[in-house]
Amino acid sequence: MDKENKIEVRNLNLWYGDKQALKNNSIKIRKNHVTAIIGPSGCGKSTFIRCLNRMNDLVEGVKITGEVSINNKNIYDKDVDVVSLRRRVGMVFQKPNPFPMTIFDNVAYGPRIHGIKDKKKLQEIVEKSLKDTTLWNEVSDRLDKSALDLSGGQMQRLCIARTIAVKPDVLLFDEPCSALDPVATGKIEDLIQELKKEYTIVIVTHNMQQAARVSDYTGYFLLGELIEFGKTKQLFENPKEKSTEDYITGRFG
Amino acid sequence: MGKRLNLENTIRGILLLFSTAALVILAIIVVFLFKEGLMLFQHTSVTDFLFGHKWIPAENIYGAFPFIVSTILVTLGALLISVPLGISCAVFLVEISPRWARELVRPAIELLAGIPSIIYGVFALIIVVDVLRVPFNLATGETILAASIILAIMILPIIISISQDSIDSVPRIYREGSYAMGATDWQTISKVVVPSARRGIIAGVILGCGRAIGETMAVVLVIGNVEKLPLSLLDSGETLTSAILLEMGEAVIGSLHYNALFCLGIIPFLIVLVLSMLSSRLITKRVSRFE
Repeated sequence: MDKENKIEVRNLNLWYGDKQALKNNSIKIRKNHVTAIIGPSGCGKSTFIRCLNRMNDLVEGVKITGEVSINNKNIYDKDVDVVSLRRRVGMVFQKPNPFPMTIFDNVAYGPRIHGIKDKKKLQEIVEKSLKDTTLWNEVSDRLDKSALDLSGGQMQRLCIARTIAVKPDVLLFDEPCSALDPVATGKIEDLIQELKKEYTIVIVTHNMQQAARVSDYTGYFLLGELIEFGKTKQLFENPKEKSTEDYITGRFG
Repeated sequence: MGKRLNLENTIRGILLLFSTAALVILAIIVVFLFKEGLMLFQHTSVTDFLFGHKWIPAENIYGAFPFIVSTILVTLGALLISVPLGISCAVFLVEISPRWARELVRPAIELLAGIPSIIYGVFALIIVVDVLRVPFNLATGETILAASIILAIMILPIIISISQDSIDSVPRIYREGSYAMGATDWQTISKVVVPSARRGIIAGVILGCGRAIGETMAVVLVIGNVEKLPLSLLDSGETLTSAILLEMGEAVIGSLHYNALFCLGIIPFLIVLVLSMLSSRLITKRVSRFE
């Protein structure tokens, strides 16, 4: 069970217009583990993670070839319903983006759009999601207040709560802490450790210490190519590639 | 030295004068309007003026109620038509339409805003009035509804362009957040984008409403101008502003009739003042919210 691959990417290429942003990448992502994607700015790591829930479909002029299989089903097949795919593969963004509505409505947004109307059921989901993201004690007395009044770290945890409220099985984090202070970052990192028991997690980060702290596997991207992929400990302590070593020792990037 | 300082001060003084001119003019208009208008109340009580059903200048009876009701009905009718139309148009232009369509429609809407109101009036008199007469089996198509329709067309550009700006400024990350949870286009638009833009949309509607209340020329041509209480949208009526337009020519300056017409003017003045204050508050708040 532990060795099971949740996501298998084969020969993934992506072009923005004429510019190739991802070059023939293949990667296997383990179930219930945290996989970190690191690399210098503009290396394609965000583009890569956005292929896993087809967020790149929203960008004009994108062309994608290759295969991304989740639970052994290629999500780029013609018969795939993108809406239900994104429900199963949740995403948390770089900048906390709670909607301008109440805390409750933010968390209930996903369940509601997927058809849950029963108030009691919604309340249960909201409470559970907020507890799972350690936010419950901080906000339980002001669920009806605007989510925009929360601190940055709280907002980001709210976004995580919102994402897990639809019970996905994969969670994608796209530099989730880059707008947060160290304390808030620590809380999110602890949370990721908790969440991997239930979810398969992929996290993009420009912070190598963060990758080393939270992940089990790490992939290093450079100029759209996956240079090296392996167990985090091994990649950081004993990288096989020269360019990986240069990057993690801070010689460039 | 003294000369240069003098010049500086003179220029400063002139600029100050110019910059306060608008304020001074506004103050003069307000004082004039109220001075002339409020004289009516030496003869007629405020309640008689606001709720009186009869307007007979020859007998010095001045009840503005029919005009007030006509104005409200015309404006509500116009909003009923233009708000759903305008918001859907704005949503379509920002969220759905291909770029070429947007580029085609935008100048058309701007042009629509620039047409003189008398042209709208003539158009309404010839087309709208006639179109209404037959299906509703009316003696005349010159009705509140006709005025509402033409006003709706006139305020559409305001509602569309302000709503459009406001929807456009909804951060992309809100949309992405919604899509990332498996929302469809429609769910994202109706549950996240439009609610996030609602302040701006409401501001647009309020501005449009103010324009509708103040508009005179187009309305006067098609509303029928009957000084009686309208009971439905298919009755003829007469708005506050059209009454002023029609009667000011024959009112003797300084007479009670003259004062009464100024008094009619105070009502839309106050309403529009409140509406524009409301909308500018909404707009500035919205901006600060999205940084």
